[in-house]
Amino acid sequence: MKAVVWCAPYKVAVEEVPDAKIINRRDAVVRVTSTAICGSDLHLVDGFIPFMKAGDVIGHEPMGIVEELGPGVDQSKVKVGDRVVVPFPLGCGECFFCRRQLWSCCDNTNPKPRLAEELFGQSTAGILGYSHLTGGFAGGQAQFLRVPLADVNLQKMPEDLTDHQALFLSDIFPTGYMAAEACDIQPDDTVAVWGCGPVGQFTIRSAQLLGAGRVVAIDDEQRVPERMEMARRAGALVIDMHDQYVHDRLLDITGGLGPDVCIDAVGMEAHGYTALTAAYDKIKTNLFMETERPHALRQAIECCRKGGTVSIPGVYGGFSDKFPLGALMNKGLTIKTGQTHVHRYIGELLGHIRAGRIDPSFVVTHRMPLTQAPQAYEMFREKQDGCIKVVLDPAR
Amino acid sequence: MVGTSHVAEPGASGVQAHPAEQFTAPLRRFREALASSRPEGHTRQGAPAPLFDKAERLLSAAAGSMLALAGLRRRDVPGTLLAGFGAALIYRGASGRVPLSRALGYSTAGHSPDALADRSAHRGAELGVHVRQSLLINKSPEELYDFWRNFENLPQVMSHLKSVRRLDERRSHWVASAPAIAGGAVEWDAEITDDEPNSRISWRTVEGADVAHRGSVCFQRALGDRGTAVRIELHYQPPAGAMGRWFAKLFGEEPQQQIREDLRNFKRRMEIGEVISLEGQPRGSCHGRGKRA
Repeated sequence: MKAVVWCAPYKVAVEEVPDAKIINRRDAVVRVTSTAICGSDLHLVDGFIPFMKAGDVIGHEPMGIVEELGPGVDQSKVKVGDRVVVPFPLGCGECFFCRRQLWSCCDNTNPKPRLAEELFGQSTAGILGYSHLTGGFAGGQAQFLRVPLADVNLQKMPEDLTDHQALFLSDIFPTGYMAAEACDIQPDDTVAVWGCGPVGQFTIRSAQLLGAGRVVAIDDEQRVPERMEMARRAGALVIDMHDQYVHDRLLDITGGLGPDVCIDAVGMEAHGYTALTAAYDKIKTNLFMETERPHALRQAIECCRKGGTVSIPGVYGGFSDKFPLGALMNKGLTIKTGQTHVHRYIGELLGHIRAGRIDPSFVVTHRMPLTQAPQAYEMFREKQDGCIKVVLDPAR
Repeated sequence: MVGTSHVAEPGASGVQAHPAEQFTAPLRRFREALASSRPEGHTRQGAPAPLFDKAERLLSAAAGSMLALAGLRRRDVPGTLLAGFGAALIYRGASGRVPLSRALGYSTAGHSPDALADRSAHRGAELGVHVRQSLLINKSPEELYDFWRNFENLPQVMSHLKSVRRLDERRSHWVASAPAIAGGAVEWDAEITDDEPNSRISWRTVEGADVAHRGSVCFQRALGDRGTAVRIELHYQPPAGAMGRWFAKLFGEEPQQQIREDLRNFKRRMEIGEVISLEGQPRGSCHGRGKRA
């Protein structure tokens, strides 16, 4: 089968690899019909997640048709021929965490938990196609995908939804939704979202679905005007990150209070051109003395109103410097974060889609053959051709 | 990373960690995790973390060379001191070590996680290896006890056990794989010394065991609906004392980690019915070296 393979930082290839197959009794093999490139895949390609090995098959936003089931799969939950979305974190449904709906913290699905235990103190769930820190599973940017504990992880989709309407339930829609939902948004709240990438777009719309009074989006008007425009179309106020008065403008919009909810949908590779600290982070990360550039998060903490909530769906992996702990503590902020507990939100979000309150296909700007994955990665990474979200088609 | 002899000896157990340790520990752990993320099949215990990043060491060596040259040119007492300091910086750059802090017996690199684990394991007064690991399993003490009490089940979750055969109500014969250097397998007969149904099982080896040891497993009902806290304790004399343990470490058979992994497999077996494997999943070759993305 054809698959997207990580070879080195900035190098991915489409290769002919052995077919995915049933390994454990509760496995399924899914024939992938659509598979998206995630912003967090760029962290792999940029070498920001160091736990990759040459030859790893990547991708964690797939959907498709169940091709084969292992003998231990509960067939009342999933059958051959079912159309399914595959959540990016693997859950077991039985451990302490899954039973509390903390699916991305699952205790049983990371086959190599030792690395994460050393780095984080405890290991989190296995994630498909996302480095050996999260299990070293072969990913979903391939023609076929093996999914462990299929009866718990595969999410059946109704036939009347298109692939592009259902696909993003695998990651970015629940990720944006969880980021907003965790903040207990009130009707008079102003929600500020840093980053207008695909997760940011879903965060903006989720905040609106959850009844936010006003949504403000912050990104780079010069580099990604199309993303700013997409946020505007959703009804958000937008602020250009090059505006050196982001903080003042947010305060001005909120009558001097600051946004009630601040959401960092950027993560570890923030640019933050205007700040001295951005240069500091760039140097430190390049020297490997720091693992992230948390510029957006620092600004979110500084801007958030006293007693407000800062939510972090953006991905971080290690350690950062100059973290404004003083502002966090003295202003009495609440932090909400975590890899997305995708399984928890599938039913609720399907409800929103079917009721017509949101059509997730709005985010797709490109659909390309899987064989053109390297070009697709480059386009997405460099924000060429107005690229916001790429879906790869494994059949072509 | 460069392998140096700079790893904490197990004997360092009594030494208090330097206060700087609390600040350097997270970064140190991260660097070690980085060092351990090499391809499977390579031993990971062999390469201790050097004190400094490569860049920092290069800077150190460069600055040292400049100072040493400047100092030597002066040909006076301060010049000699300067040259000496420069030389120390060169040494620091080349070796990744700080001569003075080395002499004072303190290292910013701290101890490896293995060494820390060993340290806690060494607290007992007895000689030998002491292992203790706990894990929460979402099953009742009764279910867990029943699985364990039938020792013949254990090779399903303990990757080093080849077989366990019941001899009678209290005695059983165990065969475990061992590093090739130790003959590839070790065998022993064990007898149960304490059996409290649904709560605790203790055993010890009888005369003639390849690896004399005693151990226990206890099952304690956790608060609320959290299941059962399972604790395994093992005390044993390695085949050839400290040397045997050193060999075991070299071959990646670190006992604390091994027992933790076994306990984790027990949890997976009881909670989800299987241990998720990666054997046989697709991988690319990267022969084409990939295309730039």
